[in-house]
Amino acid sequence: MINSRFFNRSELMGFIALAAVLFVILPLTLDVFRLNLVAKYLTYAFVALGLVLCWGYGGILSLGQGVFFGLGGYCMAMFLKLEASSVENTKIQSTPGIPDFMDWNQITSLPLFWQPFHSLTFTILAIILVPGVFALIIGTAMFKRRVGGTYFAIITQAVAAILTILIVGQQGYTGGINGMTDLRTLKGWDIRPDHAKVILYFVEVVLLFACIGIAQFIRLTKLGRILVAMREQEDRVRFSGYSVANFKIFAFCMAAVFAAIGGAMFALNVGFMSPSFVGIVPSIEMVIYTAVGGRMSIFGAIWGALLVNFAKTSLSESFPQLWLFGLGALFIAVVLAFPNGLSGLWADYVQPRIDRLFASRKPKRDWKDNSVADGAPAE
Amino acid sequence: MFGDYSLGDLGSIFVMQGFAGLILFSVYVLMALGLAIIFGQMGVINMAHGEFMILGAYVTWMTSSFFQSYLPSLFSGYFFLAMILAFIASGALGMLVEWVLIRHLYKRPLDTLLATWGLSLILQQAYRSVFGAREVGVELPQWMLGSLHVTDSIEVPINGVFVMCLTVLITISVAYVMYKSRWGRQVRAVVQNRIMAGAVGINTEKVDRYTFGLGCGIAGIAGSAFTMIGSTGPTSGQLYIVDTFLVVVFGGAASLVGTIASAFSISQTQSTLEFFMSGSMAKVLTLLAVVGILMLRPQGLFALKVRK
Repeated sequence: MINSRFFNRSELMGFIALAAVLFVILPLTLDVFRLNLVAKYLTYAFVALGLVLCWGYGGILSLGQGVFFGLGGYCMAMFLKLEASSVENTKIQSTPGIPDFMDWNQITSLPLFWQPFHSLTFTILAIILVPGVFALIIGTAMFKRRVGGTYFAIITQAVAAILTILIVGQQGYTGGINGMTDLRTLKGWDIRPDHAKVILYFVEVVLLFACIGIAQFIRLTKLGRILVAMREQEDRVRFSGYSVANFKIFAFCMAAVFAAIGGAMFALNVGFMSPSFVGIVPSIEMVIYTAVGGRMSIFGAIWGALLVNFAKTSLSESFPQLWLFGLGALFIAVVLAFPNGLSGLWADYVQPRIDRLFASRKPKRDWKDNSVADGAPAE
Repeated sequence: MFGDYSLGDLGSIFVMQGFAGLILFSVYVLMALGLAIIFGQMGVINMAHGEFMILGAYVTWMTSSFFQSYLPSLFSGYFFLAMILAFIASGALGMLVEWVLIRHLYKRPLDTLLATWGLSLILQQAYRSVFGAREVGVELPQWMLGSLHVTDSIEVPINGVFVMCLTVLITISVAYVMYKSRWGRQVRAVVQNRIMAGAVGINTEKVDRYTFGLGCGIAGIAGSAFTMIGSTGPTSGQLYIVDTFLVVVFGGAASLVGTIASAFSISQTQSTLEFFMSGSMAKVLTLLAVVGILMLRPQGLFALKVRK
């Protein structure tokens, strides 16, 4: 049965809590530098959101989300870089009007695949379509042949490795290991000063909530039910006449597009893009955020991305040695002890107490049974 | 591009390039053998495999330093002891990890990936704290230095030949253990049907632990061999882990012959391409070819026909 309400009560509370923290509390309490850091963490929340759909619901573990994050980020960065390399900005180069790293690598004209990135419309389309089509190709090739599980994870990981080596190796076209730095303006609007960072933060949060809405919509429709059914008993879904491969491809493409939006926002908020956000290590870290937050919970994954990154920054600032031990122990603990992550803990320990609180306040009404049913862990 | 070379030169270049590929092949085979046992037979994705290899490399380095300072007269033979120690150290750590971590996760193969990734981070940081962030190199005994002159223009380094002989030896012993010994039969029985294997009296938990230990121990030997051709740092293992997984998957998991064949084709393709283009493009093309072939033939080169 499809729930007629968009959010049930506990999800509504999660939604309000997240909206309050992101829209009100953090902007009021943090200075611009820290707020910009939060914006950086939130770009990973997009990836985590995609992974909830693809891994939590669809059961497809992709270790190549960094690829899509990177593709989105590089599309955005290419546009910004072209705008920053106008002829007057680059007049000291031997070839003015092309990005500085091309000039350093003795490239004298803008390569053909860079040309369309002069247009913002094309760039925005590319941010969605390039990763989407790429995911479609990989997904079609793999899922139509019923490759899944561990094999899929390893192959996506290999794709992440390939893209990183390619970006690092072709430094004349991509900026190499340093990536694309010194991004300045978006259509003439300077993205570097403080007020721009605040505006970009809010744009990002609004986009994030739009993506949450899409994810929640997918989860509630029949599509979401089929994804869960597929994860639990793939063969039965296939025997019931559904094309399992198409649903998997869809989930994987959605995850890719979410990751690409995150990557594009990363390039805007942080002001550069480099291969160190594309490869194997960042891709696995993105999976970890999802696992820590709860692979089954849309809001949990976002909290996971925020909290793990926050812990990473503060711990690695003060105890650089301990951080990796802590992170490693965290992975092991999450996998062994809390497979549903923070949201699982919340649903098991905190939510029942809140429900009891509500139930005891309204003892005389006949809602008690209802509220118990509501309080059962979502999914 | 060939204009500058005579035909004879070209031939020698191909032979030497092929030989460089063979050394890469040896390291791949040694690493992939352990992984083929752990991933292919047990279905566990061990992302910390590279770190077990590096443990072997550090053990070798410590042994060589020990011999250098206390037993310089026996230095020329230290490597054989180091290899045994590396096997024991990595194998013991592997058995410990299996007991603490992996045995809880046999039904969740994707979760083993996350947990062992966490383990690899811990091990990397541990190596960094104990041995320092800088890479260490092992001093080779005198007889391993230098090269064999096959013809006037072709020469092959002795340490490379040694690594290759070692690889052949270890591959044969692993094949013997897995396919001929009683214990190997038990391992394969457990893999094919855990419940029935238990029912006929095989201690499946014990078999699991020793299998995992054996896979990690071979990784330790791989690390030991690795010290002869490169230096060792805390994160060296991570560089090889994806390649190794691809080797195992490409060959068809659970097939030792496939692992060797795929290690051979991947390493030869890569080292031959390296002659024509930059190292990074050679690697990209090789990996792309592997991924492309895997998309067409997901079961790998040599798949076992198993009814599922």
